Amino acid sequence: MNPVERRPDVELCPGGPMLLRGDHVVLDDEGNRHPTKRPVSAVCRCGKSASKPWCDGTHKVLPPKLRP
Amino acid sequence: MAGRAPGYRTPVTDLPKPRGPLSDAVLAALRDLPAASVPRIEVAPESADDAALTLWTLHELSYGGFEDVDDGAESEPELVRVRRQLERRLEDELLARWPGVPEADLAADFFDWVAGHDGPSLARYVQADATREQVLDLMRVRSIYHLKEADPTTWVIPRLPVAAKAALVELQFDEYGVGDPARVHSQLFARGMEASGLRPEYGAYVDEAPLEVLEQNNALSMFGLQRRLRGAAVGHLAAFEATSSMPSRRMAQGLERLGFPEELVGYYLEHIEADAVHEQIALRDICVTLVREEPLLERDVWFGAWACLDLEDRTARRLLETWGAAA
Repeated sequence: MNPVERRPDVELCPGGPMLLRGDHVVLDDEGNRHPTKRPVSAVCRCGKSASKPWCDGTHKVLPPKLRP
Repeated sequence: MAGRAPGYRTPVTDLPKPRGPLSDAVLAALRDLPAASVPRIEVAPESADDAALTLWTLHELSYGGFEDVDDGAESEPELVRVRRQLERRLEDELLARWPGVPEADLAADFFDWVAGHDGPSLARYVQADATREQVLDLMRVRSIYHLKEADPTTWVIPRLPVAAKAALVELQFDEYGVGDPARVHSQLFARGMEASGLRPEYGAYVDEAPLEVLEQNNALSMFGLQRRLRGAAVGHLAAFEATSSMPSRRMAQGLERLGFPEELVGYYLEHIEADAVHEQIALRDICVTLVREEPLLERDVWFGAWACLDLEDRTARRLLETWGAAA
């Protein structure tokens, strides 16, 4: 049986967002504060989300080269 | 009923209208329990509609049940036998249409595989073209699933190895409003229905659901209820979540365009961000983790994912056809 590893608190999804577990305040690049609203949040890494700083899945329609 | 929260557990889940001799026989047997025992039911389904409605009804005995049906009906051997026959028929039909496991890496290629699936989109139609009446039609048939959203997948939890199990609970916890009943996703939809002048009770509109919608629900229940199909259940989940964020934004825009109340718009807004999280957890922490532990299940994960996309295509095509809109 494989040993069970502790779940990561921060998870970088290849080509997609950063998952962030727990309560945090995210400061965006314009200085606005965004408290997390759910147990796991997806933070946009492609820069194209319409819900920034949160991911809205937009990275999936970008050409692979433009994905994080 | 005054003072009662809307939604799945409110007490109107009337039995549906029969769609042929098999559903007629099964509905009669359900009504007669427990006074009369269930007779041998040898009737063959007359049509796909008859089969699908019967299976939906039998599955429902394992969810909220029906107002006037004995709770023991769920485990009546003859009804279980009919359910198994109908499930086998549905699974065989799905397998016959399935092109098979794609040449793709589950972890690396799944989202592109989903994106490459080119089906008609109800969300695009709602965003730009649908009328108010068409959206009400859509909400009525979507309610068959949305008012018990996440429930079919909850059955899978005890059947997964520990890491995938913990991840599925993390996802479901969010679906179930992080423990707050007012934020449970099915309740958000129930409030949206009620605010839009629709009935929020589970099953209120099942008589209007076309075959394709019943089959969507039946496949999901079948994947959830059978341990054997746990791979298909989580594959279905991953595909469902991966086709939700952006379509939810289009739905919200369409509902705003048509002046629908904020409660219904809010249901879709919630899913933009929630499902951008869920699609990652569903693929990476549930499906990939499961397949690492149980490699033989990879085939079923792909099958379930394909079934989700295929069944949604069929529903979209059917509704767009009914509305006279090009698919």
